Amino acid sequence: MIKNINFFFIVLVSLFIFFILLKGLEKNGKYFPNKNLNKIETNFKAKLLYENKEVSLEELFENQDLSIINIWASWCLPCRDEHSYLLSLKSINNINIIGINYKDNEVNAKKFLEELGNPYSKILVDTDGINSIELGAYGVPETFLFDPKSKKIIKKYIGPINDINFKEIVKIIKNEKI
Amino acid sequence: MKKFKLLIIIFVFFFIWNNNLIAKNSDQVDKISKNLRCLICQGQSVYDSQSDFAISMKKLIQIKIDEGKKENEIYDFFKNKYGEWIVYDPEINKKTFLLWTIPLILFVFGGLLIIRKVSIK
Repeated sequence: MIKNINFFFIVLVSLFIFFILLKGLEKNGKYFPNKNLNKIETNFKAKLLYENKEVSLEELFENQDLSIINIWASWCLPCRDEHSYLLSLKSINNINIIGINYKDNEVNAKKFLEELGNPYSKILVDTDGINSIELGAYGVPETFLFDPKSKKIIKKYIGPINDINFKEIVKIIKNEKI
Repeated sequence: MKKFKLLIIIFVFFFIWNNNLIAKNSDQVDKISKNLRCLICQGQSVYDSQSDFAISMKKLIQIKIDEGKKENEIYDFFKNKYGEWIVYDPEINKKTFLLWTIPLILFVFGGLLIIRKVSIK
């Protein structure tokens, strides 16, 4: 009788574990960064790429509506791909784009912009990558839709912007303006 | 031969000095970066990784230490930026309650089992 109970107990426990593991299979194991963390601090100072002075990111957002923060580098190939989208966002929708030049060489960065065009209204230099971490970024390229008034990130794109993202951004800009 | 000895002595001194320099620079940084997960490299801590992200993190930790921030403040700073996932120890809350208590419960349960077995004998 006791043997029977033991056997039954083992089967029950195994079944229990089996179903828990089975359920776990369906779950998506990929980690997605928490997109609810949408407040950022903009009070850090950094050098500007084209002017020889230090400013804080906050100053660049004074009297600005919805803006874009784009982290880029000349050595980053995906940045090249997304550059045309940034250019058209600038020319068509006339949005304020702040660039953050991530771990880059000044000469190369300027060459990159000469070659492909400059969509940025101001560019901050981030030689150590520290400022990007203050913004909660992972690497390059990364794009934030940022509302300077509430200091909130409305949308965060990790990786290069693609066609779908571009349309989404345009939609958000239009809605904000109306 | 004399020259050779001198060279060795210089070399050894240089090595010790160099070693000290590295160790002095990052004791506290090492400790903190070992407890932080490198978010863009799977299965590595910030301490282990040499990715751009991790290198910047280490620099930032050093800056925060120089500013006089305490260890816990630095963890909180990164948690605010990247979410709780960045620290290896999960916080105790509703979701992780079982995670923290099950080992304790099992430990007590096992202890009771042993005591019962021993006292029966």
